[in-house]
Amino acid sequence: MLTAILTAVGLLAAMGLVFGFGLGYASKKFAVEADPRIDKIAAVLPGANCGACGFPGCAGYSQAIVTGAAPIDKCPVGRAKAVPAIAHIMGVDCKDADVTADVAMVMCHGGKDQCGTHFDYSGVKSCWAANQVAGGHKNCGYGCLGQGSCVQVCPFGAMHLNDSTGLAEVDPALCHGCGKCAVACPRGLIAIVPADKTIHVRCMSHAKGPDIRKTCKVGCIGCGICVKNCPVDAIDMQDALAHIDPEKCTSCGVCIEKCPMKTITGR
Amino acid sequence: MVGNLAFVLLSAILVNNFLLSRFLGICPFLGISKQVETAFGMGMAVTFVMAMASAITYLVQMLLVQLHLEYLQTLTFILVIAALVQLVEVVLKKVSPGLYKALGVYLPLITTNCAVLGVTLINMTENYDFITSVVNGIGGALGFTLIIVTFAAIRERQATNKVYKSFEGFPLALVTAGLLSLAFMGFNGFNLKALLGL
Repeated sequence: MLTAILTAVGLLAAMGLVFGFGLGYASKKFAVEADPRIDKIAAVLPGANCGACGFPGCAGYSQAIVTGAAPIDKCPVGRAKAVPAIAHIMGVDCKDADVTADVAMVMCHGGKDQCGTHFDYSGVKSCWAANQVAGGHKNCGYGCLGQGSCVQVCPFGAMHLNDSTGLAEVDPALCHGCGKCAVACPRGLIAIVPADKTIHVRCMSHAKGPDIRKTCKVGCIGCGICVKNCPVDAIDMQDALAHIDPEKCTSCGVCIEKCPMKTITGR
Repeated sequence: MVGNLAFVLLSAILVNNFLLSRFLGICPFLGISKQVETAFGMGMAVTFVMAMASAITYLVQMLLVQLHLEYLQTLTFILVIAALVQLVEVVLKKVSPGLYKALGVYLPLITTNCAVLGVTLINMTENYDFITSVVNGIGGALGFTLIIVTFAAIRERQATNKVYKSFEGFPLALVTAGLLSLAFMGFNGFNLKALLGL
């Protein structure tokens, strides 16, 4: 009995040993020399494999950097930390590189109390499905449908649905600005904005002022008061919707005070 | 002897084709059949593994019988196949990085390609000798290559055709595979022995 077990174990061990040595020899003989910088860059990248850079995962991106196919600042997730490290590994200057961190921002804050619904939606829990049903259940044709398609795709768990307002919200502390949610939103409500810019027009509706007043209490009516009051001329009107230029905005907060609809908010 | 080997070879390629009559190795058949070139590469990789596996497992089986360890057959055969696939992977990565990339995950998956384990087990149940085993392995693999390349050529043509949305991709591929299998069933009525004068 014991010998049977021992011969079985011995045979398998011997076979494993022979194959192991054979493969070890083959891998030495057929070794492919990879650029050591690829592994080094992969180590400083976030490793979330979110694909926001446009390459298949962090390994794919680091390979593209080394072969010169990609610039060093394509990773929005690890931008602030990774870019100087990558620049150091590649031996290039990172002064021109875009190193500001980005976060996602839901550009709608017309919750249940501000913007009603014209019917109850109880279908599949997907904003894309909800958007197909009679133009969406929300009174505003541009507003957040609150079914959480963005929440589902977030690889960092930075998004959640606020039960009291029925809106999607971003936790800026967890958000890395990869932009997956922006793609997942059927109404294009999520913008990727620089993390240090805190003032935003939280409305994407291009509807006319009187129509907005009927549907939403916090929608942009296009009155232009913010444009007139901005001390640095950072705001302009684009198709009946206020737009803040993040390059010019100094986050002074005058527009937040002046906005009659409370559409403009700080974070 | 030669006639017998030709019989084994031809029946492995045409009559008992792994993909179309035994339905083994369907995973790479559907996964790597979008382009003739990569399909051919896959076929060659499988051919190498099948031929080598047939030879080595024959020797291993002799050892197992000698030691009265026949119950370890599946385990040891898979070990042999896994080692061979690893070898193919290492060599291919060096020799042809393009093909290595194109085959992707399907290359290590040859390990679990049931056609490879199937051919080694069939060799044992049919009590083939060493030469016949290797010929059966090569025949099975050539049949695999023949079908996967044919199928890839058909799919290349289908790719440019307009098909119903509900038929796009795998549904159409499966229907095509079924029709191809029906066509190959015709070889069942083929009197190979009379043809070869056995």
